[in-house]
Amino acid sequence: MNKKTSRRMISVSTLACALLLTVACNKKENTEQSNNNMSQTAATAPAATPIDPATVATVNGTVKFDGMAPKPAKIDMSQDPACKGMNEAENVVVDNGDLANVFVYVKDGLGSRTFDVPKDEVVLDQSGCKYHPHMLGVMAGQTVQIKNDDQTTHNIHPTPKDNREWNESQPPASAPLEKSFAREEIMLPVKCNQHPWMKMYINVVKSPFYAVTDKAGKYEIKGLPPGDYTIAFVHEKLGEQDQKVTVAPKDTKTVDQSFKAAE
Amino acid sequence: MAGALVTSNDAGLSVPDWPTSFGYLVKVPHFVGGIRYEWSHRMVAGTLVSLTLAIAIWTLLVERRRWLRWLAVGAFCTVIAQAILGGLTVLLFQPPAVSTAHATVAQTFFCIAVAIALFSGRKWVEEQPRIEFDQRRPSLFTLTLLSIFVLYVQLILGGMFRHHGMSWWPHVLNAVIVSFVLAWTAVRALSVYSEIEAVRRPAILMLSLLITQLCLGFTAFLTRVAWGRNAVQPELPMVVSTVAHVAVGALLLAATMILSIQVWRHVPVAFEERVSREQRDASAA
Repeated sequence: MNKKTSRRMISVSTLACALLLTVACNKKENTEQSNNNMSQTAATAPAATPIDPATVATVNGTVKFDGMAPKPAKIDMSQDPACKGMNEAENVVVDNGDLANVFVYVKDGLGSRTFDVPKDEVVLDQSGCKYHPHMLGVMAGQTVQIKNDDQTTHNIHPTPKDNREWNESQPPASAPLEKSFAREEIMLPVKCNQHPWMKMYINVVKSPFYAVTDKAGKYEIKGLPPGDYTIAFVHEKLGEQDQKVTVAPKDTKTVDQSFKAAE
Repeated sequence: MAGALVTSNDAGLSVPDWPTSFGYLVKVPHFVGGIRYEWSHRMVAGTLVSLTLAIAIWTLLVERRRWLRWLAVGAFCTVIAQAILGGLTVLLFQPPAVSTAHATVAQTFFCIAVAIALFSGRKWVEEQPRIEFDQRRPSLFTLTLLSIFVLYVQLILGGMFRHHGMSWWPHVLNAVIVSFVLAWTAVRALSVYSEIEAVRRPAILMLSLLITQLCLGFTAFLTRVAWGRNAVQPELPMVVSTVAHVAVGALLLAATMILSIQVWRHVPVAFEERVSREQRDASAA
């Protein structure tokens, strides 16, 4: 081998290593910077706007599916023997016309009110190689505790539009991961690249006024101050529908909604 | 193939760290789910880097043709660039542009490896080229270069679609252009220079691969776009059809490149055509 060529080969290898290190370091710095920004945001967050508990109202209702409900898609979990969960997808869950996993939240009407971030963490569990719950609501800055109850490794990979993306693996019996999302974002997809059927959605909102419909399609939002609001109903496949509602002090309003099958 | 299996099984980020895999360089992880594809892909890539380095060193030591020595070094640099792009794909969470570059450089490396095999083969070294000057316009060599260009465009469009950076229709639209240009090139090669075996064989191969590729592309479209739009996980028909589509695409690009090289060798443009009258007059003076 002539000297010139070997010198060039060494230069190329060195350059490659340098580039790699730069990328790795930048990523770490970005992560640290993002975490610092989140801490600063929490520290400088304005005090919550007081709400008179004697006047608060409740909005509840049922979300229906209009039309022939699609059959739940079967999931083939055979590629990992440790996955023994129910083999059905949860993207459209309908029971007797009631639609589950619809995220319901106050989209508009709260004005410039601010709210305390709950100190309790929200739990996202991985069990039977599925996410529990499939649809999750959380306030911006609130801690999400991610647990792995399976005897296999998962990787948790949120793919947000407005928040920081990350991807971490979690072996069996490892400590829960604690994460938070700084910015409001509806239908933030989370997936596991090791088990491609594992998908769920996190909804990050600024107020505590949100709910997810249960198997009976029911939801309830409590503690709402009197006012005019826009309530949004969001489904991962069927899209979003909004309704206007006015609540008086101590009111309990029923706001039902129905979704038609996607064409 | 290994890379196509990773993408088709949506397993690209199943191993979140790089260049290590779950903190180790070669320790075999729990071999399940997407890890099987991603970790195997990394091991194949590592083996490929070692083999390419061995070829580059061997070529530098024994090869007398200087340009071929440079080509072998170029192959090694390409495989290193490819490894870096693979790492960036993981560390930056698969940005479409980087993942597409990773897919494109992979096929470029494949073509370089095929070219090295062609140039170092006994036939290439010992053969006395049969030369027929090309009088037609555009020349066959120009057509082969145009074919390689449209194939690269197609490769980029396909990669962008596969990595969610673009819709499917530019790739499908360009498939029409690719078919026209490659068919034109193959028909010209086979109708005018079919007596030259070195041109005839890659031309037939290119045409056969083009037809196969169109069928596979149609199948991949049906399984992934038309029928598999709402699939909850990658299904076997979509994985098989897309992996085959990527593999045959690489073979098609390599066959076109071989045709181009053979045309350059056997069907050159006449000297009078290549050099302008002014240049000839100047050199005569």
